[in-house]
Amino acid sequence: MRHLIDITDFTVEEIEGILDLGDQMIADPAAYRESLRGRILATLFFEPSTRTRLSFESAMLSLGGSVLGFSSADSSSTAKGESLMDTIRTVSCYSDIIAMRHPKEGAPMAGSLKSYVPIINAGDGGHNHPTQTLTDLMTIRRCKGRLSNMVVGLCGDLKFGRTVHSLIGAMSRYEGVEFVLISPPELKVPSYITEELKVKGIPFREVETMEEVMPELDVLYMTRVQKERFFNEADYIRLKDTYILDPEKLRTAKADMSILHPLPRVNEISTRVDDDPRAVYFDQVRNGRFVRMALITTLLNWRENA
Amino acid sequence: MNIDAIHSGIVLDHIKAGRGMDVYRFLKLDEVDCPVAYIRNVRSNALGRKDIIKIDSEIQVDLDVLGYIDPGITVNIIKDGKLVEKKKLSLPEKLVNVITCKNPRCITTVENALDQHFILKDRARGIYRCMFCDAERKSKALR
Ligand SMILES: [Zn+2]
Repeated sequence: MRHLIDITDFTVEEIEGILDLGDQMIADPAAYRESLRGRILATLFFEPSTRTRLSFESAMLSLGGSVLGFSSADSSSTAKGESLMDTIRTVSCYSDIIAMRHPKEGAPMAGSLKSYVPIINAGDGGHNHPTQTLTDLMTIRRCKGRLSNMVVGLCGDLKFGRTVHSLIGAMSRYEGVEFVLISPPELKVPSYITEELKVKGIPFREVETMEEVMPELDVLYMTRVQKERFFNEADYIRLKDTYILDPEKLRTAKADMSILHPLPRVNEISTRVDDDPRAVYFDQVRNGRFVRMALITTLLNWRENA
Repeated sequence: MNIDAIHSGIVLDHIKAGRGMDVYRFLKLDEVDCPVAYIRNVRSNALGRKDIIKIDSEIQVDLDVLGYIDPGITVNIIKDGKLVEKKKLSLPEKLVNVITCKNPRCITTVENALDQHFILKDRARGIYRCMFCDAERKSKALR
């Protein structure tokens, strides 16, 4: 039985198939409105994340399926001391597929060892969040028509940003992709990631400002720079404006560059950018719903045809 | 026990000097009933100095565990006073319940029923990765 624990569990071809299905679903949602009638998605959120949970629930409801689950650990049996493995085994008797979020790293992988139904990792601590990565890939492909041959800029907190790490891992598998890593020195990408890029011979550069690379970028992926990541207030104040995207910084960007952000945003993208045609972060949210519809459908199909 | 001559059993040779105690502990040799000799700092042409462990009984030894602690060890199997097999070790591809994950955020730290699985990531550098959280651990042998 197949699960989605880490984005690299899927081959490039399998991801292609899911993105194709997602595109079809966007083009003709009515054709899929009843396609999972009678199926149940369990959303097990051992840690709250309203956005991600709503995205999964909306996806399942859009396919005619039903949803059950819990939205925090204190409303689940974990509060009574039940082990994760027992919870998963129980819930997998009540549902056809499970989306789970958990504060501990590797929890969805552990759950998949005992589950009778496919597990989707909806985020495990700072470790993985593969459906965000699918959403990012879908958005980039819809904007560019491809996932190969492009310069991808990633900006902000590249040290702790798991969405950034997964996206680099996923995009590394396509031809001709070059990364530009834009961050303060304190928040650079961890060395195990740059080591891996070196080993694979994938070109990348580390810079400290977006202005110096803006004209080259095909995609600009923005992330939040959180105050608590800095040792002191002074460093934060000194650096924070450097990593805020505004219309002035965009002046030298390509006319067809795409601006992505995993949301929620705080202030790292000025609201003055929102109406720029290059801003696609709200399309990204919509794509997130359709790519989850495609993912749920695909995992259930694989299971039935296995 | 004559530590030079073993009748039927196992001789672990070419243990890196000082690592014999780790081997002794990992193989739980303090729990076996048969005679065991642990010889430290033996002169060796190849290593300068080495440790040797002799076990005078045909017990089952987990070669994966041994390979993880020190892939340089040679395992000699003795039957009726004769050397019948000489095994070379290497770092195993997979370790189950040999080492534990040190990442405090890892699910294995709270879910007691889980086995500890590590997968060899980089043979040259002796790096293992926790199957659950991807945290890395370096083989003791290469530390
Ligand atoms: Zn771990």
